Amino acid sequence: MPVTSESHLALVDGSRLIAESCARAGADVYVGYPITPASLIYAYASQRFPAVLPAPDEITTLQWMSGLAAAGRLPVTATSFAGFALMVESINMAYMMELPLLVVLVQRLGPSTGTATAGAQGELFLLHGLISGGYPLPVFGVADIGDCWRLPPVALRTAVELRTPVVLLTSKEMATTERSFDLAQLEEIEPIQRMFYDDSAPYRPYAADDTLVPPFLPVGNGRHQVRLIASTHDKQGLLRHSTDEALANTRRLQEKVEAKTPVLYDLDEQEGAETLVVTYGITSGAAREAVAAVRARGTAVSLLVAQTLLPIPDVYYEILGRYPRIVVAEENLQGQLARLLFGRRLPQNVRVVGSIGRMIRPDQIAQEVEDK
Amino acid sequence: MSEFLVTTAFPYCKGCGHHLIARNTIRALEALEGVRPLDVVFATDIGCHGIVDRILATHTVHGLHGRSGALGAGIAMGLSRDKKVIVFIGDGGATIGLQHLLEAARLNVNMTVVVHNNMLYGMTGGQPSGLTPCGFNTVITPDGCTLTHYDLCQLAHSAGAAYACRVIGQGNFSDAIREGLEVEGFALVEVLELCPSHGVKRNPGMRLKALAQEVGYELGTWRGNYRPAFHLDSREELPSLLEVPGVETRFTPSLEGRATVVVGGSAGEGVQRAAEIFAQAAMASGLHATKKGSYPVTVGVGFSTAELVLSRDPIAYHGISQPDAVIITSTEGLQHNLERVQKMKEGTVWLDESLERPTTGAEVQVRDFRGRAGPRNAALYSLLTFARATNVVPPEALVEAVKESPIGKHVPAELLE
Repeated sequence: MPVTSESHLALVDGSRLIAESCARAGADVYVGYPITPASLIYAYASQRFPAVLPAPDEITTLQWMSGLAAAGRLPVTATSFAGFALMVESINMAYMMELPLLVVLVQRLGPSTGTATAGAQGELFLLHGLISGGYPLPVFGVADIGDCWRLPPVALRTAVELRTPVVLLTSKEMATTERSFDLAQLEEIEPIQRMFYDDSAPYRPYAADDTLVPPFLPVGNGRHQVRLIASTHDKQGLLRHSTDEALANTRRLQEKVEAKTPVLYDLDEQEGAETLVVTYGITSGAAREAVAAVRARGTAVSLLVAQTLLPIPDVYYEILGRYPRIVVAEENLQGQLARLLFGRRLPQNVRVVGSIGRMIRPDQIAQEVEDK
Repeated sequence: MSEFLVTTAFPYCKGCGHHLIARNTIRALEALEGVRPLDVVFATDIGCHGIVDRILATHTVHGLHGRSGALGAGIAMGLSRDKKVIVFIGDGGATIGLQHLLEAARLNVNMTVVVHNNMLYGMTGGQPSGLTPCGFNTVITPDGCTLTHYDLCQLAHSAGAAYACRVIGQGNFSDAIREGLEVEGFALVEVLELCPSHGVKRNPGMRLKALAQEVGYELGTWRGNYRPAFHLDSREELPSLLEVPGVETRFTPSLEGRATVVVGGSAGEGVQRAAEIFAQAAMASGLHATKKGSYPVTVGVGFSTAELVLSRDPIAYHGISQPDAVIITSTEGLQHNLERVQKMKEGTVWLDESLERPTTGAEVQVRDFRGRAGPRNAALYSLLTFARATNVVPPEALVEAVKESPIGKHVPAELLE
């Protein structure tokens, strides 16, 4: 490990970096409800965020966050499945109201309360179908410790710029495992500058131009009336049963997320490779070691680490199309990303390496790559 | 027309009490000095009361059934205290969202909740709610509800509301709402009314005042002791979470390649802390390190296992399938790691002498960890023993790391010699 006078080697967990990164990016209030293994982020946030609110349950958590977002704040929470399940209706509300907020979802072993202190990658299916009607929700996946620093600002900026709730997906093994890490290599984070509607013309909270995202203005401002609403509504924010204008507004929710969610991934291609390993989240570490081992044994192989998980970026299909064999590695039994990419009946050339209750090992992935 | 309205075309059924509640709320706002429409945010939700927003010139936020209490609280906490946040909610919403109201009262959030208590779910066909009084007929209880209702005002009062008031929704009751808007903190005004479509139809001839008296819906005001309204403190810039002690590389590593070490002990015996110190010692000797914890959700009982990966090269995968060494300091630690130990074909198991020797293909080294160091320091001592015997991490690096750690001064000096 190169050590220079500028280095700052420390033993850190992902939760620490996520909390610090959120605060630096401009998240100004953390609403917390404890749950293993997400509580560590709550603990760090309580030391760092400008304001912290302990909520009495996860429904309240998301409702308070939505109210705070409506008032112009940028709220964050972290939870795991059992708490996230309670948040779902309110995330739908914030999605329809177009309120910016961030939920860090720390995956653990299910179903139900499962094993709270074991890691997993089991929530992609849930997130895929989270919004009633099948509308896409931006979801970013933390692939390594560096992503704990890089991705929160991306997720928060997406929340603000798209006016939407965003999920940052990670797992127990990233949130709580400690690693040696040189903090000096972390890049500066630019705080997000909030831009509020400042025209003199009456404000219409859901009137968007070609950008597909209406300008935002907090409730309580003294210049323009603001109407926010979770039911089907027109550009003014008034409830409408199913007028053309209202349905066009609902369609726009899909269009903006599809068109404007940042596409982040890490592609490590090797010339001559016939197999592409596809992975995300905590399995990315094993995949990187597997790819290095396979290459060391003389077989060319490529690696795609997805950070933008939902909506699935079109570019993934372009990359996948270049390879006759695909190996998808993820810590669940179904191959959730694989099935979102290829459908329930996987094509012959797609293999899945899955696991529950144990991290996927590099040799499991390597074996699948080399087993032609 | 009031400046708080954009139309006088109230959207309710003929004879609905909601109409009067909206009118009296507007009257109350008009009676407040210096309050303009854009100083006011209405949070409403699902239920007939919620359609009020279209007639209002204020800010309006229309959310989920029963959640306007929490949504309004979030708004109020995010705004300055000169703004007026008014929550409209029905009796059904008030019971599904009861926790939200109690929490807002407990915090004394600066908001006024107006409960439209028509004693049933009007929008969905007249089903009973938690505020339906005993004997009241609904579509589900045609012979009369057999349960008593919650007393929302008493609940809010006992939770810490600055002001709670129950009125009959007839005539001019705007003073009750005005006082709620003026009071510092959480106010709840419960207005009794009858739904013309379901309540009146199934309870013909029923008079509100008589009903209130008969079922124990006490009319009155409950004032809390003065408490300042909740204020969301915005703290000054706090120290960065990156301000953690750095580890200086000042020892020479003896390890080539990678080593994987598992330490299994009991919760509350410092296993995770000992493993952290060990990882820091590895870092001080130029190695990369990861420490994964494994434990039940309970904090002070059960097993506690730490998995350490140490390497000359960066560690992308921090799991351990076949450890080079497993160190066991307690029965619970052994039980949790038994499968792993039994599967080992090589490597070394370092076992406390109090434990039964498991079947394993690994070499077994028996030591007295618990007896020598006591339960509190058994894990740390086992790692010191391991370092001295294997030099995976230079023992002097580990001793230094222990001394510099927060527990350094509590570790008996003889263990470090």
